[in-house]
Amino acid sequence: MVTFLQVALDGILSGLLYALIAAGLSLIWGVMDVINFAHGEFLMVAMYLSYWLGFLWKVDPLISWIASGVFAFLIGALTYKLIIRHTIGKSAMAALLATFGLSMFLKNACLYMFSPNFRILNDTILGGKTFSVGGVIFSLPQLATSLFSLGVVALVYLLIKKTRLGWAIQATAMDKEAAELMGIDTERIYVLVFGLGGACVGIAGGLLPSYLATFPDVGGLFSLLAFVCVAMGGFGSIPGALFAAILIGLVEAFSGFYVAPVFKYVAVFGLYLVVVFWRPRGLFGW
Amino acid sequence: MLTRKHISKDVKWWIVVAVLAALPLMGVLPSSYTEHVLILIMLYGSMAQAWNVIGGYCGQTSFGHSVFFGIGSYGAAMAVVTFGFSPWPGAMVGALLAAGVAVVLSGPCFKLKGHYFAIATFAIVEIFNRLFMVWDWVGGALGLDYPLVEEGWMNFMWYDSKKGYYYGALILMIFVFGVVRKMEKMRFGYYLLAVREGQETAESLGVNSTRVKLSAMALSAFLAAICGAFYAQYNFRVDPSMVMSLDMSMKFVLITILGGLGTFWGPLLGAAVLIPLQEYSRAFIGGMGGGVDLMIFGLIIVLVMVKQPRGIMGILDDIAMKSREKKEGDH
Repeated sequence: MVTFLQVALDGILSGLLYALIAAGLSLIWGVMDVINFAHGEFLMVAMYLSYWLGFLWKVDPLISWIASGVFAFLIGALTYKLIIRHTIGKSAMAALLATFGLSMFLKNACLYMFSPNFRILNDTILGGKTFSVGGVIFSLPQLATSLFSLGVVALVYLLIKKTRLGWAIQATAMDKEAAELMGIDTERIYVLVFGLGGACVGIAGGLLPSYLATFPDVGGLFSLLAFVCVAMGGFGSIPGALFAAILIGLVEAFSGFYVAPVFKYVAVFGLYLVVVFWRPRGLFGW
Repeated sequence: MLTRKHISKDVKWWIVVAVLAALPLMGVLPSSYTEHVLILIMLYGSMAQAWNVIGGYCGQTSFGHSVFFGIGSYGAAMAVVTFGFSPWPGAMVGALLAAGVAVVLSGPCFKLKGHYFAIATFAIVEIFNRLFMVWDWVGGALGLDYPLVEEGWMNFMWYDSKKGYYYGALILMIFVFGVVRKMEKMRFGYYLLAVREGQETAESLGVNSTRVKLSAMALSAFLAAICGAFYAQYNFRVDPSMVMSLDMSMKFVLITILGGLGTFWGPLLGAAVLIPLQEYSRAFIGGMGGGVDLMIFGLIIVLVMVKQPRGIMGILDDIAMKSREKKEGDH
């Protein structure tokens, strides 16, 4: 029973992290109908920033997530200004492939600058600390990251639903021209949305180096999992993405533990196929 | 219905083939490295053309072609390594199997729209990759290494010179491009374009769009698998991360789109630009440290997508348009 609870806990904790990464993607997808292929590379770059802050100046990830978030916001906004803006209105695949090119560029730039070595921060405040409740072991850095992720996802959701800025974002997503007629500067909304999408993944990336190794290829799998979360949850729905992310975390943990580690992604991607074949617009899509 | 345009396209094609066939005989190729680059151009051009059938002419952006490519390469490799046989029947079985898998998987996938379809094809690649990693019968994660077998066309294997592979790649290219050229002229080719341009309209005119898309996918997978068989023979080995990966899938897509989606010449032009760039930059600046060649590669993709998403064919059109305008301006 303890083992079962432990596996479930691990699944939920990684699910919450996926949710934050997926929330950023979901925002961009929902508002602009663009899949940001470089999403995982934004995460990787944010992880490197947090790692170097920690390694060179002993800044703890608990603080450097702010820097990573801001940095990823700027990368996101810049990506929109320099790349995405020019692909809108061209073929549907132009933005996806352009961001794929960007992901190749970022990945190999980091490979060139920082070598393929795995890097992990050892002496962080939470690093390596654990506590146990009734035999179930909680890893403190992972727990903190996951709860923090949940908090940020909730904030993003409230921002979209409850603030004037959020209403403007929703209006732009529904009908760009009508929103412009209502006096919304849609160009600014797009920059903000891409920046916010980057910031979500940047905050996640800022917290990760205390328990997950940073290396140039780290983003790839996170990108794919985020795509699956967003699509499974349903087009642009943040609660849907959160639900799907936790589901995926659980499936990953249980199939990895009870079947075999190699099968965990077979199970995760298989689940995606089953869900979309059954509901072609995702669980919460319409 | 052969118009002048049709004839000139075919004539141009046979000139390209004749030049490529004559190059090694004339002794103008400076090194076997140049030969290697030409072989890769013909191979990747054929792969891109295979993808073009479904991705370009039929408008269904599949990121799953490395699965079919992989099945083809495993077909050839298993025939040689596991059964100690000639790769030819293996390649044939692999290609037919790939077409079958394509039909089975595409049925449900075609019900998905836009990004949902694209992500489903990613998911399929990841699943196949993981399954082949743990499937011992096909060599698992280590893959299959070719034994030393007798040189020649029977085993499609040469060691000293690349001439055999060169002409093999040329024949592969003639076959794949020939099939696509034939398809362009057939009724089926027009059905594909009709489905791409408007599925509902095509259906209202009596085109069975599901059947058209499935046949196009099967043809595309069949051709991709034959390219995969060549790839395994050329590299003397095959393993899941080499042939069944998202990176390999992306190559099919990127070369076609860089060259020009849904055009006959696009795949060859894309390969003729990207492959030398990749190979020579790897050879010359690769020494500066890993990654620089792929950084340039990534930047080029970004630039093309931002400036001219119709690729090289689009750029050529722009140039032709400009020179025509200039000519008219002179009068």
